[in-house]
Amino acid sequence: MLPAIEVKQVCKHFGNLHALTDIDLEIHAGEFFALLGPNGAGKTTLISIIAGLSLANSGSVNVMGHNVRTQYQQARRNLGVVPQELVFDPFFTVREVLLIQSGYYGIKENARWVDEIIERLDLSDKANANMRALSGGMKRRVLVAQALVHKPPVIILDEPTAGVDVELRQTLWDFIKQLNQDGHTIVLTTHYLEEAETLCHRVAMLKEGRIVALDSTNNLIGKMIAGKSVRLRLVPDKLPPTLQPLQISHHDGIAELKIENYAQVEFILSSLRTADIQILEMHLQQPDLEDVFVSIMRNSGNQSK
Amino acid sequence: MTGFLTLLYKELLRFWKVGFQTILAPMVSTLLYLLIFLHVLEAHVEVYPDVAYTIFLIPGLVMMAVIQNAFANASSSMIQSKISGNIVFILLSPLSYRAIFFAYILASIVRGLLVGLGVYLVTLVFFDISLQLPLWALLFVILGSALLGALGLIAGIWADKFDQLAAFQNFIIMPLSFLSGVFYTIHSLPIAWQYLSHLNPFFYMIDGFRYGFFGVSDISPYISLLIVAICLLAISLLAIRMLKAGYKLRY
Repeated sequence: MLPAIEVKQVCKHFGNLHALTDIDLEIHAGEFFALLGPNGAGKTTLISIIAGLSLANSGSVNVMGHNVRTQYQQARRNLGVVPQELVFDPFFTVREVLLIQSGYYGIKENARWVDEIIERLDLSDKANANMRALSGGMKRRVLVAQALVHKPPVIILDEPTAGVDVELRQTLWDFIKQLNQDGHTIVLTTHYLEEAETLCHRVAMLKEGRIVALDSTNNLIGKMIAGKSVRLRLVPDKLPPTLQPLQISHHDGIAELKIENYAQVEFILSSLRTADIQILEMHLQQPDLEDVFVSIMRNSGNQSK
Repeated sequence: MTGFLTLLYKELLRFWKVGFQTILAPMVSTLLYLLIFLHVLEAHVEVYPDVAYTIFLIPGLVMMAVIQNAFANASSSMIQSKISGNIVFILLSPLSYRAIFFAYILASIVRGLLVGLGVYLVTLVFFDISLQLPLWALLFVILGSALLGALGLIAGIWADKFDQLAAFQNFIIMPLSFLSGVFYTIHSLPIAWQYLSHLNPFFYMIDGFRYGFFGVSDISPYISLLIVAICLLAISLLAIRMLKAGYKLRY
């Protein structure tokens, strides 16, 4: 099947700064994909190159099979981008902005679809308000709406939930999930790794302009070696000898025991029961995307230096 | 075509929504110039035989208003979009660079014409000023505003901040328009200045425009037309190239 986005050997530098080096990436149609990395890793630069806002020094990018340089019109018709910055045109109302944006894509009559997005993004009350009068969260929604006026098969969201309150975050994600279920390919960047973990099938991690990890979310987490553990607060605060070899740490009255698999939990519980030790608190720790992220960023840093 | 028409509509709506500032204010300031020159100079100067100075001045002032507003329209729209960042909505869209160019230029022409027409209509109330060859006047006013629109677009793309745009406006556009023969015929100048004036493309716009009013001009309107057209073509090609290459827009 035709990849939604195909990035081949893309390099980009600003003077001496290498923003992106040899980026190869294929995002399949229908995927929910996350682009992760610390600030300055090159995520926004990569998105800008895909969107045609920035021009790569070498390499090529296709969106739905259309080269973003030589067939820019077809490529852009297939792509909706929600920029990271809260940009807006102060001269117009929400509905005007959306109808104008539709026109840029060659769509003359778009009132029905525009009304539908306005409603689905909960903007109905503000449809005729000037953009200046909108709160940050509302402006963010308009940006999302603007990216959707032409019903693009591929949608890129650059930190859509930065500085957005919990409720709007939920609304936004529900909406974006719905879009993905309707067949749109979704690419997003975020610093909230738990969001990426629950939503995204696949993840690419960028560091200093290079892709340092590219795999499904499950595989990345599954590969974590420094894995599971159990944290316990006990009375009396002393482990029976059988459990002592498992202990990794003991801070503030909490003992952390390393386990290889969940079956070991039963062994720990029975050992405590036999020793007549009471459990006050118990937490199962398992690696999440954040652990993967931290570990990959730390290790790849050593390699690249 | 829809894309181009939408951008044109947006650009027209943009200045229309702030019409006090973009149309009425320049009309008022142009009429103030007229009032002052009228008061000070009427009795002293006669430029062409049988043409009173005020009457001579009006086409020049109209054209100057056209020039300055056509320039201001494209340049301020572009730099505002760049600085506020909303230029991305245009850059993300499939609008071709030609569509972008023509939409900005046409909007500049419309604003230039509106201000110019406004000034002209008000002066008609007070002065009997004939428009002997209206097609010539229209031709020059359109070419002139298109040229200034294209220059404005270039300046708006080039400038990174309002300061640089103001410099472009104050050190290039203003001197060229003030020294183009708006207030005088170049025949009243010393020879050296007459030669220098011939290097100023704005001179041909105003001289040709004035020809439309009086049927008299400093030089042949055909030469003026040719020179203005060549300048327009050259500046337009430069602006289109900048848009195509993404100069300062697609970094």
